[in-house]
Amino acid sequence: MPKAPDQTTNDLWHVVAATEELAIGLVETTLLLDRRIALTRGLDGEPVVWLASDEENGDEIDAETVLDRLPVRTAYGYTWTCLGTPSAELFPIPEYAEADRTNMSCGSIGIHVSAPRAVENFLDMGHFPYVHTDILGSEPHTEVKEYDVEVSEERDEVLATKCKFIQPMAAKSATGAMEVEYVYRVPHPFCSVLYKSCPEDESRRDVIGIFLQPMTEETCRAHLLQSMIDSYSTVTDLRRFQQTIFGQDKPILENQYPKKLPLDPRSETPIRADKSAIAYRRWLSQKGITYGVIPQAS
Amino acid sequence: MDCPDKPGNDDRYECPLMTITLYDFELSGNCYKLRLLMNILNLPYEIVPVDFFPGRQHKADWFLRMNPFGQLPVLKDDDLTLSDSGAILAYLAKKYDTSGKWFPDDPAVTAEVLRWHSVADDITSTSSAARLALGYGYAFDIEKSQKGAHRIFRLMDEHLWFGEKSGRDWLCSPAHPTTADIACFPYVMLSEEGGISRQDYPALRRWTDRVRRVPGFTVMSGIFPAGRAKE
Repeated sequence: MPKAPDQTTNDLWHVVAATEELAIGLVETTLLLDRRIALTRGLDGEPVVWLASDEENGDEIDAETVLDRLPVRTAYGYTWTCLGTPSAELFPIPEYAEADRTNMSCGSIGIHVSAPRAVENFLDMGHFPYVHTDILGSEPHTEVKEYDVEVSEERDEVLATKCKFIQPMAAKSATGAMEVEYVYRVPHPFCSVLYKSCPEDESRRDVIGIFLQPMTEETCRAHLLQSMIDSYSTVTDLRRFQQTIFGQDKPILENQYPKKLPLDPRSETPIRADKSAIAYRRWLSQKGITYGVIPQAS
Repeated sequence: MDCPDKPGNDDRYECPLMTITLYDFELSGNCYKLRLLMNILNLPYEIVPVDFFPGRQHKADWFLRMNPFGQLPVLKDDDLTLSDSGAILAYLAKKYDTSGKWFPDDPAVTAEVLRWHSVADDITSTSSAARLALGYGYAFDIEKSQKGAHRIFRLMDEHLWFGEKSGRDWLCSPAHPTTADIACFPYVMLSEEGGISRQDYPALRRWTDRVRRVPGFTVMSGIFPAGRAKE
């Protein structure tokens, strides 16, 4: 019997599906915090989420007949729900609303690792030349230069800025190698959003989000968002680029041990490049998150 | 290059050099088989990305007109439209491999190769099915798929182990790899994404290292190059 999630985790909004990928009138089942939940969309296109009983994937259903519902939000193309008492707000990504951006889901992909491990991998630049060779990095440009990390009190999020890296092919729209500047936000214990220099428009940034759905303590589903400035590529091209990157991360993530993220600073030896990961782990500790992590011994 | 479609006396007509088009999904092991062989054969080709996931474009009308079975990959070579990765591997090797090694003419070897192409399909319906169920939300029976893959891997490991003892490095009897090795390779390598460990199959693992050292080898997302061979 899995342990009950901590209060903070239980009260969070959690991503559960790309809204447009939910078939109207059909049941989709998935796991959230060890609970089986069911999802569908009504004829109005609005998602409906509830705790599953004997529903099976692919069952036909009229959303109107579902009376005992979980709270639902839609944001950034995704459906979010909460098993506890949700806060009113979900973190903002104001860029998503900019009219000239191409916004898209890039698939919801199951990974055999805890959600916090996946967030931490997303923050790491050190692996670019080795895992995303000739795309996000290449030898000998392996150095992670000094960058800034802060925990914003006001917004309650981890923020890493001035992250710079030489990338052979920073985005689908890239035409050659460039030094790219990243800003990483962790505005939610299981979500991260990155902003990176846009090859097409120097004054703006492409936005890539990874929203993790904690299924169990050691498995999650990664929901990927791209909000791009790219007037040439098709959605299929842009998805392919992101999936290529994610497909390279997947086996690395699934080979991490332990699968839960250790929060004790002595349990894994960090290097200077891991500054954002250290801040993230401390932030999770302070929030009292125990789900998907190995808490610090008190 | 000879261009059979070149119309009459029109000198301005440029024969397209690139005649091969692969309808491709990056994360598909079956598509990767063709990218791998074409890279080894140094054959130029164009890619048309198909949004298999999450877009399900392989079930869209335009795709079903090329392949009514709704499966990737599809390959076009001039006016010819082909589907099924194993069939396309045979086609590419017979048409473009001047060495004649990848799909040998010898009837007994041809039968051997086709036998392993069929095993490759069984690996797809077990190892790849488990990967699709765990990673991509497909409603396949995970446990049954994993068991099926282990059964095949055990047989392959045994076959390869006895091969090593008798000086045979590859799935078929010739002293060089064939399309059989390419057909079986991707979903063996991606098995861990389906929760299928290869720890218990040392001869199978050594074979995957040998495949990764074939000149012209190329990776796909989720498959990394082999380390340097021990001296």
